[in-house]
Amino acid sequence: MQEKDLKNKLAEPSTDEETFVPPHHSEWKRIGRVFLRRPISLIGLIIVAILVIMAIFAPWIAPYDPLKTNPLNKFAPISSEHWLGTDQLGRDVFSRIVYGARTSLTVGIIAVATGGVIGMAMGLAAAYFGGWVSAIIMRFTDAIMALPGLILILLISGLVGGGIPIVTFALAFGSIPGNCRMMYGQALSIKQRDYVMAARAMGMSSSRVMLTQIFPNAFAPLLVGMTMALGTVVLAEAGLSYLGIGITPPTPSWGVMVNDGQKFLMTDPKLSLIPGAAIMIMVFGFNMAGDGLRDAIDPTLRGIV
Amino acid sequence: MVPVLQVENLKTTFYTEYGVVKAVDGVSFYVDEGEIIGLVGESGCGKSVSVLSTMQLIQPPGRIEGGQVLFKGENILKYDPKGEEMSSIRGGKIAMIFQEPMTSLNPVLTISRQLTEALEIHLDMDRESARQRAIDLLKMVGVPEAERRIDDYPHQFSGGMRQRVMIAMAMSCNPAVIIADEPTTAVDVTTQAQLLELMVDLVTRNHTALIIVTHNLGVVARYVRRIYVMYAGRIVESGPSDEIFERPRHPYTVGLLGSVPRLGEKRGTRKLVPIGGMPPDLIHMPPTCAFLPRCQFKIKKCYEEPWPALRQVGENHFTACFVDIGDKL
Amino acid sequence: MNGKTDEILLEVQDLKMYFPILRGLLRRRVGDIKAVDGVSFFVRRRETLGLVGESGCGKTTVGRCVLRLYQPTAGTIKFNGTDITKIPEGKLKPIRREIGAIFQDPFSSLNPRQTAGSIVADPLRVHNLASGRDLDERVAQLFRMVGLDPRMADRVPHEFSGGQRQRIGIARALASQPSFVICDEPISALDVSIQAQIINLLEELQEKLGLTYLFIAHDLAVVQHISNRIAVMYLGRIVEITSSDELYDNPLHPYTKALLSAVPVPDPKVEKTRRRIILKGEVPSPATPPPGCHFHPRCEIATGECTEHVPPLRDVGGGHYVACFKA
Repeated sequence: MQEKDLKNKLAEPSTDEETFVPPHHSEWKRIGRVFLRRPISLIGLIIVAILVIMAIFAPWIAPYDPLKTNPLNKFAPISSEHWLGTDQLGRDVFSRIVYGARTSLTVGIIAVATGGVIGMAMGLAAAYFGGWVSAIIMRFTDAIMALPGLILILLISGLVGGGIPIVTFALAFGSIPGNCRMMYGQALSIKQRDYVMAARAMGMSSSRVMLTQIFPNAFAPLLVGMTMALGTVVLAEAGLSYLGIGITPPTPSWGVMVNDGQKFLMTDPKLSLIPGAAIMIMVFGFNMAGDGLRDAIDPTLRGIV
Repeated sequence: MVPVLQVENLKTTFYTEYGVVKAVDGVSFYVDEGEIIGLVGESGCGKSVSVLSTMQLIQPPGRIEGGQVLFKGENILKYDPKGEEMSSIRGGKIAMIFQEPMTSLNPVLTISRQLTEALEIHLDMDRESARQRAIDLLKMVGVPEAERRIDDYPHQFSGGMRQRVMIAMAMSCNPAVIIADEPTTAVDVTTQAQLLELMVDLVTRNHTALIIVTHNLGVVARYVRRIYVMYAGRIVESGPSDEIFERPRHPYTVGLLGSVPRLGEKRGTRKLVPIGGMPPDLIHMPPTCAFLPRCQFKIKKCYEEPWPALRQVGENHFTACFVDIGDKL
Repeated sequence: MNGKTDEILLEVQDLKMYFPILRGLLRRRVGDIKAVDGVSFFVRRRETLGLVGESGCGKTTVGRCVLRLYQPTAGTIKFNGTDITKIPEGKLKPIRREIGAIFQDPFSSLNPRQTAGSIVADPLRVHNLASGRDLDERVAQLFRMVGLDPRMADRVPHEFSGGQRQRIGIARALASQPSFVICDEPISALDVSIQAQIINLLEELQEKLGLTYLFIAHDLAVVQHISNRIAVMYLGRIVEITSSDELYDNPLHPYTKALLSAVPVPDPKVEKTRRRIILKGEVPSPATPPPGCHFHPRCEIATGECTEHVPPLRDVGGGHYVACFKA
């Protein structure tokens, strides 16, 4: 046995620094492996996939029309006919959850993405250029931050009215300062790294330095924060709906459902608990998937896992 | 004469997520009273782990798996690492100086507090006399305005001054052995000279044994009488410093000496001879000599036999190599 | 060898780089850190000038000024006869192509999220020197030139060893075929046995490509090995410039003497015979440097003159310059 080991060693390629080729595998396979290694990120991915499928194929999945009321069958319990029972107007809760995924996911993803892109772009520019550019941007975000989020959103919707696009915009706007500050902090430290110096010294343009050198390295830590923001946004959307400036009532949205159900918390708690659980599962799903994704795209884990 | 500190066949293994690392694999060394020795090697060779194991300062996933550490003939590895006997040895009898003083000084305590604490514990001094002794110690290591600066916090000192404070702490309880783990790697060369000169002067005066752990061959050549060269968790060569620099008997030592530029050499008179290849992967160690892939003296036997044991090649001079490279140089 | 060898490629004159110290709510400027305080030197074509000094002496800042990563406070930097301190960033590209840079830490000088091939290709893309198949071919060539297997081009830096990473850094610095390369501590983060590989590589490349180096390092033995001439810096100023051999045989400035004596030689026989000069005190802060000669508070031969006047860098013959009244 030992002799065989020795022979294997002899047959091994040279470990000379110049000719040594470390073992390498396809990047996609590796990303897949990272996901599989941690079942939790796989679960997250499955949850996200189910939610997205639910949102896209809502009309085919939902057994009933989510808007159709039935005064004869209010507060129906869980049964084979109504999987999650019916609400105070006799609407099928499961169908409303399925359609609600559409609203909540759309509002959530668009708001988080828009707020993220704008906020991060601002933070990146502030960090890279410094001086007066940074002064203007950072004072602007301070100003937004100084206003409590809710007042800001009330202000916007008071000026231009409610509805899904306005809610989405308001929520996106509210998340700009947070993203901006986080990106600013990250980018500021990365700006000092030698590889950014090297890129500048070779004559790379500012926009390219920001996009190819600073951004990819600053983004990863923000990714997980953004998946968490998704939950906050969906809950905020619920709050707005409660104040009557969010999603207009008949449209099913998880936030609206939590609020509507709240009135019947004592008599029929499932009406708010079920959409609440849906929000929770969504946040968990995105969070776990985001966590896994961050590790999967982490280049320092290449060659190790 | 019994050596003041004798390490016998020490083995320390790290059970990491990626595999088992035999960081120290059967290391033996000794230091006599008042002697200055050097433990030399590159990063990852196990020199730091060896001395940390000696002090039982190994944290999980690391584990000391075998061997003896005899302090004045008494095996101190049998003591509980967290027990009272061990803590009275650490600092009181064997003291340590680390590379980065900022991590070994407590940032929220004044220098005075940190210096007097050891004195009160190990030497049973009262507050007032401990403070006076602490001021004397700071003066001894050359901290200017010691009376005032003793109430400062570590961050108020420069890197070199912090290292002086570390030296003062190490000397405070008159230990029999001081272990300095890369004590001057983080400081500049003129500060390095100041600190080493100070350390060597103090241990010589107090007849304290000093173990300098370093990658710097120059430091070893300047201050050390006996050398242990480490590679991949083992000692590959040991002997008197003059002898090793003059007649290295292990290919790795030969390689190290050939690869460092020497101050004062006329430009262009000697091309550096790098050691080819890469440092060993400690997780996937070959059954043979770990230096084999980089060795320029290898013979057939090296591929067929496990890692050779140390054998004597001169007075107090040992090498872990089958080849008599003396004839080939 | 073609071209005139004693032609001056880079000439730095009275370079100053002050960083403002800002305090308080209004970020008022309360003082300056004089990182570089009037530095002059030149580098001849195809030679290596070593810039040596301890941390905080301003050697890295000089390198970054020449790379125009910092806009100098005062002074001129003439590259090929053109003062590059006055050129606006937008018009600097042709100069940037001519000056390569190698950085200290191969762990932080390579973008962890870019493949090695893409890192080496960056300068080629930035300067529109190659594209498509041609680009891949050039990258492969550069890989081979620094002793790396081109098959590794799709790996990220983390998959390489320290020495290999520094090779990638060297390939990147040489991609745009510069004539001048600034090496800022290129080997100090590497293991002893790997350092020699990189030093030899740099020497070979210089020979082969006719490069000129500004070699910035704190390790005097390494600098002396690789440089034709050496400039010693102390607290923002150059205290001595001379040829590498002369610096060791006949150092004139008291700081140079102390620095030389502080570097231990890996040979016990040599060590036994050397005189050790142990400096007293520490390097003062560059925010509040002492008046006159910056070295005077630690100098054994300083007199009243040294505390009042800044000694100029004067020629003592044979291209040996020293900034000391007493030397």
